[in-house]
Amino acid sequence: MSAIDYGDVQGLVRFGHAHMTEACYFLLHVKDSSAARSWLASAPVTTAAKTDPRPNTALQMAFSRQGLEALNVPAKVIRGFSAEFLTGMSADENRSLRLGDVGANSPANWRWGTSSRVPHVLVMLFAVQGQLDSWKQAIRGELWTGAFEEIDCLPTSNMGGREAFGFIDGISQPEIDWDEERSPSVNCYERQYSNRVCLGEFLLGYRNEYRQYTDRPLVADDDRAGFELPFAEDQPRLRDVGRNGTYLVMRQLSQDVRGFWQCWDRAASSDQKQLYKLAGFAVGRNFSDGAPLVPLSQEAIAGIGPKGNGIQLNQFTYDSDVDGTHCPYGAHIRRANPRNADVLGDPQGILATLVRTLGFGNKNVRDDLIASTRFHRILRRGREYGRALTIEQALEPAGQNDIESGLHFVAVNANIQRQFEFIQTAWLMRTKFDGLTEESDPLLGNRSPLLGCPFTNTFSMPQQDRVRQRIGDLPQFITVRGGAYFFLPGVRALRYLSKVGA
Amino acid sequence: MMPQANIFVAAPVKIELEADLRRLLTSMNIARGRVDPGNPIVPFGQFDRLHFARFVILQDQTLDDIEVAYGLPRRDYPLTLAFIADFDGDADEFRAELARKAGPGLEQIFSCCDGFTRGSDLPRWMKDREQPPAAAYVNWVGRTVRQVHQDEALCLALEAHLQKNAPQFGSKSPRQVHQMLKEYTDSEIAAGHIQLSAEEPTPLGWKLRQGLHLLGVPLLLILLAPLLLLYLPIFIYQLRSREKSDMEIAPRPDPKHEADLSRLEDHDVTNQFSAMGSIKPGRFRRWTLAFLLWLVNYTARHIYTRGHLARVPTIHFARWVFINDRQRMVFASNYDGSLDSYMDDFINKVGWGLNLVFGNGLGYPRTNWLVLDGSKDEQKFKYFLRRHELPTEVWYNAHPGLTAFDLKRNTLIRQGICRDDMTDVELHQWVALF
Repeated sequence: MSAIDYGDVQGLVRFGHAHMTEACYFLLHVKDSSAARSWLASAPVTTAAKTDPRPNTALQMAFSRQGLEALNVPAKVIRGFSAEFLTGMSADENRSLRLGDVGANSPANWRWGTSSRVPHVLVMLFAVQGQLDSWKQAIRGELWTGAFEEIDCLPTSNMGGREAFGFIDGISQPEIDWDEERSPSVNCYERQYSNRVCLGEFLLGYRNEYRQYTDRPLVADDDRAGFELPFAEDQPRLRDVGRNGTYLVMRQLSQDVRGFWQCWDRAASSDQKQLYKLAGFAVGRNFSDGAPLVPLSQEAIAGIGPKGNGIQLNQFTYDSDVDGTHCPYGAHIRRANPRNADVLGDPQGILATLVRTLGFGNKNVRDDLIASTRFHRILRRGREYGRALTIEQALEPAGQNDIESGLHFVAVNANIQRQFEFIQTAWLMRTKFDGLTEESDPLLGNRSPLLGCPFTNTFSMPQQDRVRQRIGDLPQFITVRGGAYFFLPGVRALRYLSKVGA
Repeated sequence: MMPQANIFVAAPVKIELEADLRRLLTSMNIARGRVDPGNPIVPFGQFDRLHFARFVILQDQTLDDIEVAYGLPRRDYPLTLAFIADFDGDADEFRAELARKAGPGLEQIFSCCDGFTRGSDLPRWMKDREQPPAAAYVNWVGRTVRQVHQDEALCLALEAHLQKNAPQFGSKSPRQVHQMLKEYTDSEIAAGHIQLSAEEPTPLGWKLRQGLHLLGVPLLLILLAPLLLLYLPIFIYQLRSREKSDMEIAPRPDPKHEADLSRLEDHDVTNQFSAMGSIKPGRFRRWTLAFLLWLVNYTARHIYTRGHLARVPTIHFARWVFINDRQRMVFASNYDGSLDSYMDDFINKVGWGLNLVFGNGLGYPRTNWLVLDGSKDEQKFKYFLRRHELPTEVWYNAHPGLTAFDLKRNTLIRQGICRDDMTDVELHQWVALF
């Protein structure tokens, strides 16, 4: 297996660019496809190769299906991308239903991401403090102006490592197995949760957790524009348009910070200690330091290292909390990353394994309900926007000119359907996650009634030796304002895309 | 205990009336994928013993595969309408109830099929066209629709009571909580607000058949064991040579087909799944599959009767049915969650079981030793399933909003409320069900 060529991967896959605290996201339409191709060919895309010193500015670029069409990429190449990318985030009612994009979240209300406001190209600019404006100036030259129409430029804010509600953000990320040393069980018998995840889950053209190559466009060797493209590992006679590229999911999530804190404050009867505790239960981490609510594991977890305070924040699973009394089953981080393995426990011997395989040997009523986590991970690369409020401010009524705040959620994954959509649908939005009922994610839930489930607006907190506590009437805290699926190409693929439609 | 039964009526459609039939079926829905339980054609909501029902037009889009994979001529089959139902009690009674409550509507539907004339004896006509499933699975054998509704009403009442009196309950031990809820239940029963009917008697005939089957199958296997053992090396040779050469046909499904299917899904927390395909040509695969399904059916009747099929707890009812002289098979299930999570369960939890059965289907991703690989080729497997899936024109669920896990929890809560001999550990687990 050849070593990864970081220079062919966009930097965003490897880095969050955290030291570049300023960022903005351009949503563009291609106005003139030949000008756009010229701009692409010379765009200073930031790669995943490490530089010393670290860069002061960065540029990443991704394309929607409409964007590829606008660049005249041949239909037979476009057809090779995944079905969900081709359809898009907003164009299928059933997808909207599954993603929870109904009611206030409905694409009909979005600011961008539907019909004529689906961006063709997403250009993300990052810069260290004070340099974003000049970086923008530098990028928006004459060629840019001729090539693109800016449908929006989404600003971001630096909230100092916290998201708009005030919790520490981005604590848990999967560790990419860049060197492809991981070889997980093909027959789904992994017994340990691993935070190290196969490269193919985050980059196309490599083996994923099933030891398979995710479908992506491959082109014949005689495709002249493709002479620079790498050959596909699994089909060595074809060139791989996907290799070192991946999909990028973007959603603009506006957060009702006041609504959030005021709701928990009511539930806590304005007791401050109780308020932090309840809000912590909703998230699954302590408000102050981001520590998990469950005890740390004694044993190491693959992919969780001592770097920073990785162990204090991430060396845990929910195996020690089957009752959900430390961290509620429905807490946001327990839904989003259940940290389980393929099979429960560690049975000894063939007989015990057989018993498990046949579906017996569960001790608790909830055992083995949740899908294996390793097939459903995403890299999160989002940034906050708007104005941060302190809790004290949030508990006051909204003023006249309240500024909206929220998250530009950005996720990187090789299979949108199995990764982002699955997490969103089966884990966050589903009112029946892990045997729960009448509740969806306490942060993201849209609280829409379902057939036969008139209420989906509760939140339950199991209690040790007592009956569970349940909070009712949770309002919607987070509203979707826009979103789209993009292809984040590798650098050589980007050059290919800038030539193939000419 | 009242056991569950099912019917699978398959009737060829008069080709000139196909459009009428489709219109008629569509008219039973409020919207795509959502039946009107009170629709005048088959008012499913009036059947108090019916769990699930569906009408599917069996139109196989993959009939050319046999030519592609084996160079054999395409075989055409008449377009067939399938009516599938899962209910409590006896099939004869259910058919009679159908005739009573939905006679004119069913006549209208079946008039679009060959061999039905108005005035035909409807129950008899259906019975003549039934295909017995090769294997059928019931999530919780003996739980009737009536019990499902009673359990749910009880649990809603208890939840509401708990919520209303949260401060009092908050400090009580599991034993006290149980006692208080039991008293509340008794008062609610006395007031006529909720009802907990006693279990119905188990039909004697069913008990006998069940007992004979329980012993008969292993006995037969023991008797056949010497022959099977002798045949084993030949079987392995036959299997391996086929596994190495059988062709996979699992292209990405047509986007339109995919859209047609997905429009029908996720309107409820439970979904329907109907699929069909041809069995790989030749006697070997047909008999292997028949034998395996015979075993699957045994486990479903005697082992997997309490809330899970192997590691999958989300299937309510499912069946595998041979049609057209075992040339083709239909699989129909009712499952919780979206199709993605269903297929995920298939691949990650029971991939071996899927391979055993569907591995005999034409075009299935390559298996090894019957149980290995196959479904582990995740994308191909998902494409294969989706490509073979059929739009379910009409689908009825007697308890929308309730997953198989909800039903289990409700049943466990009811069982607990009826007991007063629970240990501390049991009480602790019982209180955690809320």
